[in-house]
Amino acid sequence: MFQLGRNDLLPLIEFADFSFKYLGADSLALRKVSLTVEEDEYIVVTGPSGCGKTTLCRAINGLVPHFHRGYIAGNVYVDGINTRESTVAQLAPHAGLVFQNPTNQLVTLNVEKEIAFGPENLGVEPSEIRRRVEHFIDLLELESLREKHPHEMSGGEQQRVAMAATLALQPRVLVADEPTSNLDPKSAEKILGILAEFNRKGMTIVLVEHRLDLIAKDASRVILMDNGQIVADGNPREMLSSSVCAELGIGIPKATQIYMKLEKRGLKLGRVPLTGEELSDLVEEASCS
Amino acid sequence: MIIMEDVHFSYEGLYTALRGVSFQINQGDRLAIMGANGAGKTTLIKHMNGLLRPMRGRVFVDGGNASSKSVAELSRIVGLVWQNPDHQLFLDTVEKEIIFGLRNLGFSQEDAQQRCDRTLSKLSLEGFGERSPFSLSGGERKRVALASVLAIEPLVLALDEPTIGQDARQKELLADLLKELNEKGCTVIVVTHDIEFVVEHFPRTIAMADGKIVADGPTRSVLSNQQVLDLCSLTIPQLTQTARALHRTFPTASERCFLLSEVEDAIVEILEGQ
Repeated sequence: MFQLGRNDLLPLIEFADFSFKYLGADSLALRKVSLTVEEDEYIVVTGPSGCGKTTLCRAINGLVPHFHRGYIAGNVYVDGINTRESTVAQLAPHAGLVFQNPTNQLVTLNVEKEIAFGPENLGVEPSEIRRRVEHFIDLLELESLREKHPHEMSGGEQQRVAMAATLALQPRVLVADEPTSNLDPKSAEKILGILAEFNRKGMTIVLVEHRLDLIAKDASRVILMDNGQIVADGNPREMLSSSVCAELGIGIPKATQIYMKLEKRGLKLGRVPLTGEELSDLVEEASCS
Repeated sequence: MIIMEDVHFSYEGLYTALRGVSFQINQGDRLAIMGANGAGKTTLIKHMNGLLRPMRGRVFVDGGNASSKSVAELSRIVGLVWQNPDHQLFLDTVEKEIIFGLRNLGFSQEDAQQRCDRTLSKLSLEGFGERSPFSLSGGERKRVALASVLAIEPLVLALDEPTIGQDARQKELLADLLKELNEKGCTVIVVTHDIEFVVEHFPRTIAMADGKIVADGPTRSVLSNQQVLDLCSLTIPQLTQTARALHRTFPTASERCFLLSEVEDAIVEILEGQ
């Protein structure tokens, strides 16, 4: 699906001792972050608000340091490209970013133009642009909004448009900063379902989220951040049942919380559940044994 | 405290956002307004401080018809915290931002300063006073927007999606703060999709769909009605999902659990009861 000749020996994203401080800020937003992301991963990044999650996202698509300026040390490579030596536009087909605040992302006068904007700027064939516009209007259920001005849309509608516009770039890596925060739960579930499907088809996903109840089941890896650093990184079940989450005040899925409470009472269920169904199944297994 | 009678509203006569909304909110209520995207929730709370005026129907605030009061007068009574803090914040330091509203409402510089300091510490924003709101993270900016309204100490506090961008600890702190204000007599209204936040902290829920109220009552009964959940595009929280899944396998376990301890106890009973 994604064919952009690349060096398969390199990781898709690599942070090498990367630090960043926004112009005028007193402290570093990222402190010596080292991280590699391989193709096909679905990474959920979480941590207390203000810990550097958004800066991490911006560093992947080049908004840091090219749009948000500041002090910089270390390097970020995306598809083998050093983001310092590239432009945001050159990075666009490699890494697409869905902003935390959709109002800051939407630039055109209606949904069709918004979705076409990215591919047009990448020089995609007009017939292919038309195909993508229709495809993503359909996929994200934007038909009724087609002619609406983005600034007349609700926060949730804007988020769906921003997601469509970013997916239309067909990036190798989709970076999404709390992309469902303004959506009602059913719409959020739909979008997360769409992202999981893209991941199965080979798109790498880096997603920032506080609501792990909704997303932990889709992730292949969870990264916990605090104070500009990565403090833990690994398998979702291990990460969410670790003491680090409790120390940072991260909201872990209720099913995982119950599992941990039961464990404290001496009731072992064997595996860490991430959803209600999984917990119920584990209780069933335990009651049969 | 707030009464709405058959309120209708449409934007530029094109898009109808409210189609006959009536309810009464009493002083000291703590309630949530829930509903799908585009149901009219934000439009509704904008009628409470006069930012929008009904095209038909009437709004009463603190005993008087809102139509006879200016936005400035109503803002003293009803403090509205917007969904997107960037639509609210505009000054270059957090402290100026908070003091601005207070000075406009006639508080002395000294009083305004005291209220500002008090509010910053309540919201774990100590040390942020001199910083620019625009250098803060999304979650922190939301707390600054809340602080600027909270400092006015309005009789009614209406918050649009206050939990967006907040981590679990900040959400707990926010819930504690809202409860504390509520116990002191402040009426607290939240518009939110966060069903767990509502179930844990708000005794009354108004559910909206397509510009109308479809349910208004105790949170647990409103949110255990599947028809209401469907109309409002809400999904059941993971705790209730767990309870329902357990109930399918173990019919003795209740499927109507809303608290973590209830589900935990049900599992203990299943595992130890054999």
